[in-house]
Amino acid sequence: MSISRRGFLGAAAGLSALALAGRSALETQPREPEPGGGTPAAGTRWALVIDPRKCLEAGDCTKCVDVCHTVHNVPAIAEPAHSVKWIWKEPFERTFPSLQTDYPPDDLRDKPVMVLCNHCDNPPCVRVCPTQATWRRDDGIVMMDWHRCIGCRYCMAACPYGSRSFNWKDPRPSLVQTTPDFPTRSKGVVEKCTLCEERLAKGQPLACVAACPAKALVFGNLADPASEVRSLLRSRFTIRRKPELGTRPAIYYIV
Amino acid sequence: MFEKAVTGGRRYWAWVSGLLVVMGLALLAYLRQLDVGLAVTGLSRDVTWGLYIAQFTFFVGVAASAVMVVLPYYLHDYKAFGRITILGEFLAISAVTMCMLFIFVDMGQPRRVLNVMLYPTPHSMMFWDMLSLGGYLALNAVIALVTLGAERKRVAPPRWIKPVIIVSIPWAVSIHTVTAFLYNGLPGRSFWLTAILAPRFLASAFAAGPALLILLCLIMRKLTWFDAGREPVRKLAVIVTYAMLLNVFFIALELFTALYSQIPEHVEHFEYLFLGLGGQAPLVPWMWTSSVLAVASLILLLVPSLRRREPVLAVICVMVFSSLWIDKGLGLIVGGFVPSPFGAVTRYAPTLTEVLIVLGIWALGCLMVTVFYKITLAVREEVAAS
Ligand code: SF4
Ligand code: SF4
Repeated sequence: MSISRRGFLGAAAGLSALALAGRSALETQPREPEPGGGTPAAGTRWALVIDPRKCLEAGDCTKCVDVCHTVHNVPAIAEPAHSVKWIWKEPFERTFPSLQTDYPPDDLRDKPVMVLCNHCDNPPCVRVCPTQATWRRDDGIVMMDWHRCIGCRYCMAACPYGSRSFNWKDPRPSLVQTTPDFPTRSKGVVEKCTLCEERLAKGQPLACVAACPAKALVFGNLADPASEVRSLLRSRFTIRRKPELGTRPAIYYIV
Repeated sequence: MFEKAVTGGRRYWAWVSGLLVVMGLALLAYLRQLDVGLAVTGLSRDVTWGLYIAQFTFFVGVAASAVMVVLPYYLHDYKAFGRITILGEFLAISAVTMCMLFIFVDMGQPRRVLNVMLYPTPHSMMFWDMLSLGGYLALNAVIALVTLGAERKRVAPPRWIKPVIIVSIPWAVSIHTVTAFLYNGLPGRSFWLTAILAPRFLASAFAAGPALLILLCLIMRKLTWFDAGREPVRKLAVIVTYAMLLNVFFIALELFTALYSQIPEHVEHFEYLFLGLGGQAPLVPWMWTSSVLAVASLILLLVPSLRRREPVLAVICVMVFSSLWIDKGLGLIVGGFVPSPFGAVTRYAPTLTEVLIVLGIWALGCLMVTVFYKITLAVREEVAAS
């Protein structure tokens, strides 16, 4: 059943891609991310392509993390057990456990790569959430409602990527500085990256993408064949985390 | 009927006040958790569920096990269980209440508990678990009150109760199946991603629950005038034997599949539980205790002459109950989280606050069983006297 469903979805995606290709051929200008708030345009599937090597060239840079965590009021909690993270670095081998070669390339061995919520096409976190406090938008963003979350942490058990954080205590005292136009959270709720949906709604670029000096993060619309992400996916070999689980992540890594 | 619970001797009141004290301490501990957040527990971003959810899982089993006295009596007309079916039902009511409390104390935002009903979400197994547990509680409450009420009036229970009882039988199976599905369907949690999880849950439930019921019968014989009789206790012991046999067999199947395939993500969880992983072995002594108790109790159970000796049986039941409590109430949940999706081995040890809250819920369960059983005995005494 899942194969035929995927086949169907694939065909549907193919059709819409064709339609989009026709449209973009007619347009004189390359398509930009849809600005303006409200519901995103149909035929939008946001994704990130990450180039770990470019990131490594920037050394110990943590600009994307710092900016993301500042604009989204993510608390800085030193204790690893209670830490809250939206985007962070993990060792390459731990990020791709099924990719064990025993002899990873020297330039990636033991090296960190950026990880964040994969905004899965088929997200188990959404499937299990008993209150729909976490849900998937048509443009692929897996969203969170911090006012509805009951803190059952079922989504944390279901996410196979460790992308979700729980507020084990009140996060507000741990904020280095507060960004007033973004909500802070209370204790007892789960949070994670929401792909800067508040910035997308205003037509602004993702905070992490804009902050990266190495241009290691590329954001764009997978449904648009002319987008930069699609062109990267065409020209470079990319992998996703744990593809065997059928979650279909929207975060791609160039290897 | 409830007035019967407020008359009792000194021993009764000492026991009840003891339980109330534990519950009071637990309440204080919970208020602290409510104030600070779940940071007061030993849980972490890697091990997000611990003692609370594990206890929940174990007691769903105890609740489901009522079916082991209800089914023989109502479907096979096995008369010997007639006097104890209501004890099984009251045990189920108490256990389900404990389960609900274990879930409640685990919530980060308990004030929003109603959101589960305000936004019903059928694709979440938690929605179905809530329905099945709530339904089971209601069914058993109705059945127990109606049958006890009829007994008191010395009339046969109303006819409509029979279909309700019949419904409660598959319902009992459903509560533990859906509880297994909570863990069973999560991609990337290989320890739970095994089709035998629900059967394993049921087998362990049908061993631990009746073992507890045997112990309760023996205790009641010691402390009260009520004697369940030798026959039902023996029959319960046979049920425990078969269920324990299946439970150990199912665990062996799990071990074979994981260890023979040698797929790391399947082996690692067992490694963590039984040998230790990454230099961390907090559960190893527990898991070996559980295994030794399981095998030893099974050997004793399989010898009919031993199983029939009630003092020996009492010891066996304690062994069965403790073994399964460790296996399900500790290893199964925590073991599923280690190693983490990133391969991290994160230590989990419950804090004092957590242990106090758990003890408080246990005390409430004991109190409920005590009060319910006392009422039952008082009603029967009254009937016998008149
Ligand atoms: S990475 Fe995890 S949290 Fe993000 S969408 Fe996928 S399953 Fe959900
Ligand atoms: S913790 Fe919140 S977001 Fe996660 S499953 Fe529970 S209610 Fe949903």
